[in-house]
Amino acid sequence: MTGEPVTLRVNGAERPVAAVAPWTTLLTVLRDEFGLTGAKRGCNQGVCGACTVTIDGEPVRSCLSLALNCADRDIVTVEGLVPAGAPAGALAPVQQALAEGNAVQCGFCTPGILISAHALLRRNAPLTVDEVRAGLSGNLCRCSGYKKIVEAVARASEARP
Amino acid sequence: MTPLDTSATGVGASLPRLDAREKVTGRAQYIADMVRPGMLHAAVHASPHAHARILGYDTAEAQAVPGVACVLTGDDFPDGRMGAFIKDEPAIAKGKVRYPGEPVAVVAAEDEETARRAAALIRVDYEDLPVAATPEEAVAPDAPLIHEGLADYFKVFPAICGGNVASETELSEGDVDAAWADCDVIVEGDFETPAQAHLSIEPVGALAEVDAEGRVTLWSANQSVFRVQANVCEALQLPMSKLRCLTPKVGAGFGNKMEPHVQPLVVQLALRTGRPVKLILNRTEDFETVRARHPFKIRCKTGAKKDGTLVARELTAVLDCGAYGDDSPGVLGYSLLMSRGPYRIPHCRASGKLVYTNRMRFGAFRGFGNPQVTFATESQIDEIAGRLGMDPLDLRLKNRMQPGDRWFGGGDVASNGLAECIEKAREASDWARGRALPAPPGKRRALGVAACAHISGLLATGAIVRLLEDGSVVLNTGAVDIGQGSDTVLTQMCASALKVPADRVATASPDTDGSPYNWGTTASRVTYTTGRSVVAAADKVAEQIKRHASEIFECAVEDLELRDGGRVGIKGVPDKELSFFEVSGRAHWAAGGPIVGTDTWVYNQPSVDPKRAIARGLPFPQIGVYSFGCMIAAVEIDETTGKADVVEVWSAMDVGKAINPGSVEGQIEGGFVQGMGFALTEEMVFDGPRLANPSMMDYKAPTSLDAPFDIHSIIVEAAEPGGPFGAKGIGEIGLVPVPAAIANAVAAAIGTRLRRLPLTPERVLDGMLEGGDED
Repeated sequence: MTGEPVTLRVNGAERPVAAVAPWTTLLTVLRDEFGLTGAKRGCNQGVCGACTVTIDGEPVRSCLSLALNCADRDIVTVEGLVPAGAPAGALAPVQQALAEGNAVQCGFCTPGILISAHALLRRNAPLTVDEVRAGLSGNLCRCSGYKKIVEAVARASEARP
Repeated sequence: MTPLDTSATGVGASLPRLDAREKVTGRAQYIADMVRPGMLHAAVHASPHAHARILGYDTAEAQAVPGVACVLTGDDFPDGRMGAFIKDEPAIAKGKVRYPGEPVAVVAAEDEETARRAAALIRVDYEDLPVAATPEEAVAPDAPLIHEGLADYFKVFPAICGGNVASETELSEGDVDAAWADCDVIVEGDFETPAQAHLSIEPVGALAEVDAEGRVTLWSANQSVFRVQANVCEALQLPMSKLRCLTPKVGAGFGNKMEPHVQPLVVQLALRTGRPVKLILNRTEDFETVRARHPFKIRCKTGAKKDGTLVARELTAVLDCGAYGDDSPGVLGYSLLMSRGPYRIPHCRASGKLVYTNRMRFGAFRGFGNPQVTFATESQIDEIAGRLGMDPLDLRLKNRMQPGDRWFGGGDVASNGLAECIEKAREASDWARGRALPAPPGKRRALGVAACAHISGLLATGAIVRLLEDGSVVLNTGAVDIGQGSDTVLTQMCASALKVPADRVATASPDTDGSPYNWGTTASRVTYTTGRSVVAAADKVAEQIKRHASEIFECAVEDLELRDGGRVGIKGVPDKELSFFEVSGRAHWAAGGPIVGTDTWVYNQPSVDPKRAIARGLPFPQIGVYSFGCMIAAVEIDETTGKADVVEVWSAMDVGKAINPGSVEGQIEGGFVQGMGFALTEEMVFDGPRLANPSMMDYKAPTSLDAPFDIHSIIVEAAEPGGPFGAKGIGEIGLVPVPAAIANAVAAAIGTRLRRLPLTPERVLDGMLEGGDED
């Protein structure tokens, strides 16, 4: 890869890359350089939301974010939803809610949905169904019809302290 | 480890997906996530023309790009042809191109960017040919011939074909022409449905690797490892023993991944380079080249007596096949088989034509032609109800098939829960409150209904159940779980049949080397068809377990029973029992040999009884096992914009037995929203032969704000004799009645019958302003 060196902070860890081209997206670096394949390439046009990660707590399309712009920012992917140091196999409450609520079908949109939900849940209040529907409206799911996803995220928001 | 709630695991429990943890942690591997040592990346050079002769290739510039390992054109591929019904499709264009986007050359390089750059540098010399972009153009007297070799192509059914007509099918019962005279009311109309994109969030892709002996292993996004194997071997003229097909996780299918996409291309590249080669299509390529739901033009006529008794129906359909046959003859034949609906109509004739055009191929899509014809036929049931002043639900109940009635054509129908579906939907939706509902100012609201049926018995399948040394179980079926949850459902069946918890059953990933044949995850068939084999194979394991126990206890096999937790014991003697561990240990080390149960079968009930019906060109001689459903939708229309929204829906589906109720609801809800997109917003728009909106930005699928939250799934269980635990299919039927139910609600709200999908704001507004009937 031609380009500049950059260090990205992903899921709390500093990850250097020797050379990143100016046009290389964050999604490409996450998947191809770091092997973090949880974020998916569904459209590469910023529509489907399967590549969603958070940057400094805000959900963004990693397929539309240039990697070089992401230095010194906090990036969280689906692989980082469980805090470092948690026991092996631990799940974040929202992951558990989706898994138990039959809200996962093919799973391809799931990482993006989880990240959008995670960003929504940062507001501590319980979320209404309509707040969840609005908050997830940038993530396409073709399998579920959304109902069980919305239910699971709303349930996870109630469980928050 | 955070435990998931798996307290109940057997049949009837909403056990979380076996792969739910893998999927919510981002660890599930899909085709694009796979990497092999030394792997090359491929890219396609696509045809810019709809119909042109290929005069020559110049690949020198592409070959010279640093990092390019291989460039292949049509000249580098064997002359084999593939196709589910008509063997008409080469792995890559040879001699001529037939649609815009058709692969013409492929490149393998060290990285994807290099491959794509090189693919763009390939020069192809074309001679333009006249284009037939629509079925009307393709059947015109001076139309260019799209497949000159059609007559000589191998076909798997008695196809009636010629010119650009790929297949003609007709099915009839009774005397339709004479029956119209007995009708007091006749409705007639032309219906039209657009091409719909499957839009799995995962684009298609494949990865092939060749070993030192030249044997190929192929992973791909697919719905059947065995169809992948058959297609690639036919196109590349390879013996099936030289190709092993496997599957990673599949990011949904809906029919899109049932038949071939890029698999033959990567196999040929791997064979030529000796290195692993991966090809993932981008979204635009996926839109333009894989396949989509057929556009239908339907003429339908239905007649009834004054008391509402249905007397006669005639339906003719014209389907745009696109450039290659794919599953299209099946879609035509199946749609006609469904054209009488779940009713008694003594006189019925359905016929259709499938026409090759210079558009992308059309193929299987959830519902397989049934949603299109059901849109027409269920619209007409409502029209008749309106003309006779009858309640649409009562009219449907009055005419529903009765026990012992045969399906259109003469096929057997065993279980039928339609009446219960209609009554439960009626009650849950409070239908009695009237069809026009109170609405906010500037809006109109109304209820609409549609009923339907769909099959789940079709073609061949099998299962192998093995007992490991410690008494654990391994289930192997070859059925690809495309995300709908079949691995979980089949595991629950196996666990229940052997009375072990589901976590004692390992479910093997499909593998053409090791799994029994399975035609595919399609046609709503896995729960019923594969489930039957799972239960039969598990029963054979149970028999062997009992035989061991009878030898140990010196008792009759009939005196033994399986007990919860993996034990076998003497009936009525609680302390006389053995664990599967003890039995399997004896089998492995002392007597009888390791315990294996296998079952294979092929669905063999005829679709047509020649004493009742006349059938010509029917592609499915054996199909059946019917699920039934009734859906009521509450739709709100904005009087200013014409925009229609579904605010609430009640979907009652007869699934025989819900093996995993949570998964059944998932199919109903997901099917509803995909059907709602088809009804209201989704349309692949063609500019002549070329797709004009191949992006998610320009193709509008429903989001979480478009889909109603109030989707009420009502599970009805009319047990299917012979079904595994009484179960039958649910994969497609939830989508089938949706466009009709929504159109019926829209008609009730605006007073105009709209017969063309999607029901865009513009069309609804026009209907509202003009009033009366669209025709």
